[in-house]
Amino acid sequence: MPDPRVQLTVDGVTHDVEVDPRTTLLDLLRERLDVTAPKKGCDHGQCGSCTVLLDGRRHLTCLALAVSYDGAEVVTAAGLDEGDELHPVQQAFLEHDGYQCGYCTPGQVCSAVGVLRELADGHPSHVTADLQQETEASDDELRERMSGNLCRCGAYVGILAAVRQAAGAQR
Amino acid sequence: MRPFEYQRADDPAHAVALLDGDPDAAYLAGGTNLVDHLKLGVATPGRLVDVRHLGLDEVEETDDGLRVGANVRNSTLAAHPLVRERWPAVARALLAGASGQLRHQATTGGNLLQRTRCVYFQDVTTPCHKREPGSGCSAIGGYERYDAVLGASESCVAVHPSDLAVALACVDAQVVVLGRDGERRVPATELHRLPGDHPERDTVLEHGELITAVELPATQAARRSTYVKVRDRASYAFALVSVAAAVELDGDTVRDVRLAWGGVAHKPWRAGRAEAALTARRLSDDGISAAVDLELVAARTTEQTAYKLPMVRGATLTALHRLQEGLQ
Ligand SMILES: Cc1cc2nc3c(=O)[nH]c(=O)nc-3n(C[C@H](O)[C@H](O)[C@H](O)COP(=O)(O)OP(=O)(O)OC[C@H]3O[C@@H](n4cnc5c(N)ncnc54)[C@H](O)[C@@H]3O)c2cc1C
Ligand code: SF4
Ligand code: FES
Ligand code: FES
Repeated sequence: MPDPRVQLTVDGVTHDVEVDPRTTLLDLLRERLDVTAPKKGCDHGQCGSCTVLLDGRRHLTCLALAVSYDGAEVVTAAGLDEGDELHPVQQAFLEHDGYQCGYCTPGQVCSAVGVLRELADGHPSHVTADLQQETEASDDELRERMSGNLCRCGAYVGILAAVRQAAGAQR
Repeated sequence: MRPFEYQRADDPAHAVALLDGDPDAAYLAGGTNLVDHLKLGVATPGRLVDVRHLGLDEVEETDDGLRVGANVRNSTLAAHPLVRERWPAVARALLAGASGQLRHQATTGGNLLQRTRCVYFQDVTTPCHKREPGSGCSAIGGYERYDAVLGASESCVAVHPSDLAVALACVDAQVVVLGRDGERRVPATELHRLPGDHPERDTVLEHGELITAVELPATQAARRSTYVKVRDRASYAFALVSVAAAVELDGDTVRDVRLAWGGVAHKPWRAGRAEAALTARRLSDDGISAAVDLELVAARTTEQTAYKLPMVRGATLTALHRLQEGLQ
């Protein structure tokens, strides 16, 4: 049986490729399409470094088989800027030293963009005290919502400051 | 990863037909558990039938509750206004599971059928009856900290990892299943089974049966419900112990109560004896502790798992205190 074909739009560029069904979205992006912003950390869904925005929501690419995502739109941390303008989250990471080695950063940035969207949509989190009330972008909320992205260097203080600034800018 | 054929099902009946004649085939939903198992060699299907594109992704209000399609994402369900209002334990359990990314990807059906996180089950170099019947159990006498304290057998001491399953057992949800001979409903409390001599069978489903929906009945108790999860870190970890509780109060007197525990058994543990002991009494700390102890009479612990009993008592107290105070 021939390998299935998959069409994907990645950071605005459309690709049409044949994939071995075993290929994860992460490996397809990195190995075949030269899209190296999403990083391979654990490869088992435990670290968040492979996070992208898929059809607008943050998503892990290491536990997604590419064949299942035919037609999807992927935005990576490298595709968030608007021409010369950095995305507010990218800018905030710069201003607050939200990185050290930088390995987890693309995943953190995509996750932060997703978090801000989820907050804007009124989604609750594990630490939301009252599920019926509007949620505030408090530090506790931001920490909990960003907890799917681990950082070996411990740049969390800068990351939190960056996401807090981006949340403020959005309001 | 062993090579496999990939196929998309067109509709639920087609999906069932594709698996029915092929014992070597498996359903693929969000993939957050199955793809991991393909990588680890824990699962080696020759064919994957993708059910992500079947639809089944609506949350609909029904005459007596809510019908949740099997493909509804965990994050969507947790954020649903009716779930937050009428079944807060379900929203809380979902929000306590995994991470924001994983919840967008994970589905209602896949979450219930995720497999145990027993470390030996996931390590193909070690014997495990669940992974390879007849090979032995490496957990007994090994690293036991996460193991079951209720309903375990000589064959397997693993616990079921799903938070959602515990909340569904608490609110008396029904799981709608499509098989070769049509549709049937399985109470959420009876979907998963105790290990007995066949730990390789996690649930009462037959090969090829497809979960199409979960039905949440509207009850007064479910409106006043919550989920307490105790884990090694504040977030992004499986439960050591968890408690889903729902209660209908008349002043301080319990009219109706539902308790389900996670992290203690091979299935969500509905604490029926504790419920009976609490019903028609005033809620008090002593009463709650005594009711929990009544349920725990059958518990078996080792040195490594003994901590779970006081933990389940503490989590049950916390959950019922919250509900008494009108919190979710
Ligand atoms: C790092 C990490 C942390 C996690 N933490 C938690 C946690 O704290 N709490 C928690 O509850 N979960 C947790 N999870 C597990 C996660 O929630 C599950 O992997 C997920 O819910 C499974 O859903 P899925 O759609 O991805 O299923 P898949 O991986 O696609 O499938 C899982 C199983 O279900 C079967 N299946 C899927 N859909 C159907 C259907 N409709 N009918 C019949 N069979 C079906 C598949 O064949 C497979 O056997 C965690 C996962 C990871 C990777
Ligand atoms: S406890 Fe169960 S899953 Fe774990 S090694 Fe033993 S048989 Fe396998
Ligand atoms: S590489 Fe995907 S979560 Fe770690
Ligand atoms: S900055 Fe190094 S891993 Fe996060």
